[in-house]
Order: sequence, then structure tokens, then C-alpha cells
Amino acid sequence: MSELVFYLLAAITVLCALGVITRPNPVHSALFLVMTLFMLAVFYIILEAHLVAALQIIVYAGAVMVLFLFVITLLNLKGDPDEPAHPLLRIVAYAVAATLAAGVAIVLMGDAGVVPGGAGAGAVLAEGFGGTRALARILFTDYLVAFELTSVLLLVAVVGAVVLAQREPVAEAPLTETGEDA
Amino acid sequence: MVGPAHFMALSAALFFIGAAGVATRRNIVVIFMSVELMLNAANLAFVAVARGLGTMEGQVIVFFVMTLAAAEAAVGLAVILAMFRNRQTVDAGEISLLKW
Repeated sequence: MSELVFYLLAAITVLCALGVITRPNPVHSALFLVMTLFMLAVFYIILEAHLVAALQIIVYAGAVMVLFLFVITLLNLKGDPDEPAHPLLRIVAYAVAATLAAGVAIVLMGDAGVVPGGAGAGAVLAEGFGGTRALARILFTDYLVAFELTSVLLLVAVVGAVVLAQREPVAEAPLTETGEDA
Repeated sequence: MVGPAHFMALSAALFFIGAAGVATRRNIVVIFMSVELMLNAANLAFVAVARGLGTMEGQVIVFFVMTLAAAEAAVGLAVILAMFRNRQTVDAGEISLLKW
């Protein structure tokens, strides 16, 4: 893959990611995030991770982002005057983040040897690398215990989400701080 | 020549964009989206190293991170909903009940 294509795709991804954190309207942020996740799926395909790319679109750009948009509409934030944090703090945060990102990028690009197999275009791949068969074989043998524990995690998350989001009778009397009206 | 190092650099950029979002935004839903951005940056790094080494382990970890992110999104958004119901705000600066 030519460098030009990579830098073009990377620029689109970074611009979309910046859109997520700079748009005042959370719906716009969510849509920019969907775009970023799609771009990441493109990078996964470039990196020969075909199943992961499919999962990225189905699970992330599909299910998780629908959940986000659903909650945003449910909260019904009219206009949403997301007051910016202190302007100076914002500038400092952006500067620190940019410095750190640039530092890591310079180290990685300057000496590609710090990334395993990063000196060239990557290792020579086995047949079927990144496909469902290859991933399933390692997932259901070496990582079987972790896979089973993941199912427990999802069960706990489902029960927890239902318990947290349900309307309780207690919600009639909102929790307030002392000396502050509800 | 575009190699795994390039993708790692992009991953670092996305991670710190997410971190800046967490630090500067006050809408808790957007903070949550920034956290998702950071998780995805980590995923990209894992996939890039998996490509560099020619092993599938990195992609298996991405599978687990995705599961974790889905669980986290469900619970986190439920917490946001419960909080909005009680306090009618999504401003992280207003949520100070646990501050002493």
C-alpha cells in the first residue's frame, strides 16, 4: 500500500476523531465517532484482520453507536449548551495531548525497530491469517477460559444495566445534597 | 513503505485525542465517547502488532476488548440514564455528590 493512501486515510481518521471531541452537539460527536470507527475498520482490513474489521462494523459502528444515539435522544438535551471547560485548561489539555502524540509518533517512526516486526511491512503471514477459522481456533483453545469468563462479564453487564436503568419507586424522591434544592 | 509502526503512530494520535476529549469536555456522554475512542486506539495498536508479528494473539485480545467495550457501554449508559433521572443533568461538573 502506498504511503499516500495511508496518510490520506489517517488524516480523515484524525479529523473525524477531532470532530468527536470538538463538536458542541453530542449527536454530531456520535456521528463523527461512527465515521472514525468505520475508518478503523478500513485499517483493520489493510492489516489483514478481516474478522476483526467485520466485528468492528457490526458490534461497534452498529450496536454500540446505536445505543449511544438512543441514549442521547432519550436524554432529550435541548440545544445542549455544553459549556467548555476553562479555556486555558482546554488549550493546555490540547497542547499536552498533541505533544505526547507527536513524541510517541516520532519515536515509532524514527526507529521502527521498537515495534515488533515493525521494521518492514510486517511478518510473512500464514494462509488464512485474520480469518474466522484462524481466530476461532486460537480463541477456543488457548483462550477458552477467558472466552467463558467473557460470557459471565456480559451477563453481569446485562443484569447491571437493567437494574441501573429501571425506574424504581425510590426515584420519586430524588437524591439531593443537604442544603441544596432538588 | 507503510509498516506496523505507522499504524502504531496513528493509534497514539487517536488515543491522545480521546484523552484530550476526556479532559476538556463536560458533557458526560461525550466523555464516554472519548473513552471509546481511546479503547479503539488500543485496538488498532493490537492489530498492528499482530500484523507485525504474524500471530493471531493480538486479534484475540481485540475481540475481548470489543466485548468489554460493549459491556462498558451498556452499564455506563445505564448509569448516565439513572443519574440524569435523579439530577436532570449530564454536566460532569454538576455531579459532585461523592466529593467531600
